[in-house]
Amino acid sequence: MQDLGGAIQLALSLIVSADRNLAEIVSLSLLVSLTATALSCIIGVTLGAVLATTRFAGRGAVIAVVNALMGLPPVVIGLIVYLALSRSGPLGFLGLLYTPTAMIIAQTILVTPIVAALSRQILEDLHVEYDEYFRSLCLPHRNVVAALIWDGRFSVLTAGLAGFGRAVAEVGAVIIVGGNIDHLTRVMTTAIALETSKGDLALALALGTILMAIALFVNGLVYYIRCTALRSAYA
Amino acid sequence: MAGASWPPLRAGGAERCSLAVNDLWYLAGGRALLSGINLTLGRSGITVLMGPNGAGKSLLLRVVHGLAAPTSGAVTWGGRSLNEETRRNIALVFQKPALLRRTVAANVDFVLAARGVKDRTDRRNELLETVDLANRADQPARLLSGGEQQRLALARALATDPCVLLLDEPTASLDPASSLRIEQIIALVAARGVRVILVTHDVGQARRLADDVVFMSHGQVVEMGFADSFFSAPQSERARAFLDGRFVL
Repeated sequence: MQDLGGAIQLALSLIVSADRNLAEIVSLSLLVSLTATALSCIIGVTLGAVLATTRFAGRGAVIAVVNALMGLPPVVIGLIVYLALSRSGPLGFLGLLYTPTAMIIAQTILVTPIVAALSRQILEDLHVEYDEYFRSLCLPHRNVVAALIWDGRFSVLTAGLAGFGRAVAEVGAVIIVGGNIDHLTRVMTTAIALETSKGDLALALALGTILMAIALFVNGLVYYIRCTALRSAYA
Repeated sequence: MAGASWPPLRAGGAERCSLAVNDLWYLAGGRALLSGINLTLGRSGITVLMGPNGAGKSLLLRVVHGLAAPTSGAVTWGGRSLNEETRRNIALVFQKPALLRRTVAANVDFVLAARGVKDRTDRRNELLETVDLANRADQPARLLSGGEQQRLALARALATDPCVLLLDEPTASLDPASSLRIEQIIALVAARGVRVILVTHDVGQARRLADDVVFMSHGQVVEMGFADSFFSAPQSERARAFLDGRFVL
């Protein structure tokens, strides 16, 4: 166990020297979380747009379920994906357990409800505003959806960034389906948990610092996008 | 604006621009908002729908466009009932236009694209020229003034190449200069053969623009006729009170 001052010093030197091990963990974290976020945006925004623009029996229940899924514990998602991908599971033949792909699947499931619920709210508000005009033009539904997504793109982007923030910071799902294997599935959050338990605070602190920096960057980006869009009257 | 080439000159309103409304009722919450409306409007000119607040003018405009479905009765354009095909010939400008969160040019382009226009640049420029917004083409639409926003809404409506233009109080809350510009555009559009139906509270505007007038009150058509005779000798007490600026219940 190192003393805190020494650990911080060592952590900073790891960051400044772009330590290979550290860089590998950070890159894998970003790859997994960015891919999961991209997939979640494709699925979530589409689902959100459909829910925002269509009326059907049980729509309220579907919206309530999607909203409730935003708070789904990552470990539960990890467990479900683990069961599905384990050798005796329905998708065991794919051999994906303990791979980055499994981690992407788990994070996609985790983030999709967030993107879908936020997108649905954003696009529904916009739809209320545009609906009568679009109906007066007799626009086909696909054009309505495309126009709403385009005009709400800055707000939808913030939903995506919120999803990325959730993905990159979670540990429960990726540790179950990824296994925290060195040089294969070790990401920032799982590495922090492991190094802390081992008493190697330097690497844990270095990763924690980078994670915090990413969280701050994402939040700053969300704020900047909102402000820019409002200034340009596009939000 | 003068000499603008858009909208194209029409020989005269087409048959499909004539409106017939038969025994139209619209009930909401157990109340009749439109009561047995019967109306026949010719294929060209400017018809002004007038009446006090709550008379049902804007609702009638939405019903004849097909945005609101009546409880009973029939609306036909050129003898054909309302369907997507007939509705695509009718453009509606709202009192508060919902402008897209895009530039002025992109707002017009959106409509042209929706109508399948391939070469949009020339058409868009002509339309913006017509409504005096060519120099604002690259600005965000939502940063325009109220009058400019309404002119953009007119340009978008004209981008559908309509044979009928429905206008729901397009100059409400605009200053006189902005109102005058809108009126000039409406007159130009009508002169080029587009059938115009305009809802307004402004008696002065109605006098300047109307070829004929439909006066409504309490969800009913109280009086209708040529503008000259309506303004010089209104037949109903309600219309007389309205034109005199007296309160109409």
